[in-house]
Amino acid sequence: MGGTPVSQATHGLGGLKYDPTKKARAPEWNVLVALIAITVIFEILNRINGTSFLFNLRDNVPGLFNQQRIDIMLLQVSITGIIALGVTQVIILGGIDLSSGSVVGATAMIVMSFAQTAMVNGNPNPKAVLGDWAMDLPVIAPIAVGLACGLLAGLINGALIAYTKIPPFIATLGMMVSARGAARWWSNGQPVSFPTESYAGLANGDLLGTLTFGLFHWPGQNPAVIFALLAVLFQVVMIRTVYGKRTYAIGSNEAAARMSGIAVDRHKVLVYMVAGALAAVAAILLTSKNLTAQAGMGVMYELDAIAMAVIGGVSLSGGRGSMIGTVLGAMIFSVIISGFTSIRLDAYYQEMVKGVIIVGAVILDQWRQRGRARG
Amino acid sequence: MSDIILETRGLSKRYGGVHALEDANFILKQGEHVAVVGDNGAGKSTFVRQVTGVEQKSAGQIFFDGQEVNHAGPLEAREAGIETVFQTLALADDLDVPSNLFLGRELYKFRFGPFSWLDRKAMRDRTMEALKTTAVKIPNVDNPIRNMSGGQRQCVSIARTAAFASKLVIMDEPTAALGVQETAQVENIIRGLKERGIPMILISHNLRQVFDLVDRIVVFRRGRIVASLNKHETDGNDIVSYITGVKGGSDAAVA
Repeated sequence: MGGTPVSQATHGLGGLKYDPTKKARAPEWNVLVALIAITVIFEILNRINGTSFLFNLRDNVPGLFNQQRIDIMLLQVSITGIIALGVTQVIILGGIDLSSGSVVGATAMIVMSFAQTAMVNGNPNPKAVLGDWAMDLPVIAPIAVGLACGLLAGLINGALIAYTKIPPFIATLGMMVSARGAARWWSNGQPVSFPTESYAGLANGDLLGTLTFGLFHWPGQNPAVIFALLAVLFQVVMIRTVYGKRTYAIGSNEAAARMSGIAVDRHKVLVYMVAGALAAVAAILLTSKNLTAQAGMGVMYELDAIAMAVIGGVSLSGGRGSMIGTVLGAMIFSVIISGFTSIRLDAYYQEMVKGVIIVGAVILDQWRQRGRARG
Repeated sequence: MSDIILETRGLSKRYGGVHALEDANFILKQGEHVAVVGDNGAGKSTFVRQVTGVEQKSAGQIFFDGQEVNHAGPLEAREAGIETVFQTLALADDLDVPSNLFLGRELYKFRFGPFSWLDRKAMRDRTMEALKTTAVKIPNVDNPIRNMSGGQRQCVSIARTAAFASKLVIMDEPTAALGVQETAQVENIIRGLKERGIPMILISHNLRQVFDLVDRIVVFRRGRIVASLNKHETDGNDIVSYITGVKGGSDAAVA
């Protein structure tokens, strides 16, 4: 039947060459290639100076790799990377989240107030924000409070966007300003410090050791371990569950999603709430790592997170991208920063180059799309 | 009564002062394929939008499957059994073929709110099955449909409609933007629907196609139904004179 040999048609849009039988290569491969290329470039630049980017050249220290640099790189990338996982979902949905950095700041302040220890060196906690009732709480209390803060911020963002139909840029810009204000107001701009030991252990403990029953150890790198776990979790969620399918569908064609009976507005709220919760996780790990919370925490994190996603191939027009891409984008981001430091490039240049790389990544993405459309 | 799937009585739609559709009395029987033809702005698409619930009628009644209905939206109409291929493609470009076919009605391995686990294999298998029964050939269903030709995308859209078609299929100019081969393929899908006994309303400008595919032709002119003709009792010239108003007059309202 049929009689129309469409299976032999080898033309794409505009009738140009495109082989429809082949599975399109995942764009993540390009990001991986870029990551390797950038790493190799920094290795070469370091070798010219007689040093190494990744490898350990010193005889008095054991190990093949420069463990210190790798640890720093992973730590740098993990906190912002966790935020980027949420931002990625929002961008795939067709939105944008400018508030995540400020949500980190506000959550950090609030969460730390519930994580304080009553006695510091035998004296009452000099930085106490709340009364005695909030001292020495079990570690689950600050975690719950923190997640609640993130979910609330996401709920407000999502509800504004879904039900008042204002652009995500404006809604989350409002949250960005307000949450930063809340962070300063919470303790009149004073830092909140001296957490309980169990709270400090969240970031500084050895989660990998616990999870693998002591098979592996990686003390002090809990943010990296949690980042990896969350990345895997959300990669699976985005591919295998209806949550992910709907996020891609809405970002791809919102009108079609609506017509297909997807509760678009409710789903938007949910995605922004997930993003808020991930920002809260980042705030908890950041304060636990630093043992203090300051109102200025997380400034510019939202832009770093967006940059990681964009470098990782997440399309700002929605519908395209993945957690793996964002993780690779985050690693590129971190390699570039560490790489510049390793070749002793001035911090001012670093920021300037960072901007160029973000714009370059978007231009590349545009070219890639056009190239695909034309075959 | 029981063999009538869709009937409209006095169906009217006004946009402000413009009478886009007036007093449309239309009947579609079980298994019947009817074409709706007419000039641009004659009220064809307006008629479809009322029936599919995309817009709310100004006056009149719609009976579907023996009951008076008042669909608040396209989703409600779809749940009642009316599947529509709209002029603008309602597909998500970044999703693959199975995801598009099952958009909004996914199959699950287990349910857990928004984190319900998708049964990707079942969806893929049923997609292949649907493509087979509708004779649509898509080389690799796992590619996002963004990479496919306009015709292939339209075929996906129509395959979705045909696969889920339960009671009534409506196609609004399904071949308007397609090449010769792709048009032939869409026409094959329509013949398949006829064989399966699924009633259809086809909106088309292509009279050759209309005479090829349907049993009856309904002509719209200036918001009114001016003719309803069995295809064996009429010809192209006859239809054209109704479309242009040479025949039928301005106040003829036959159904």
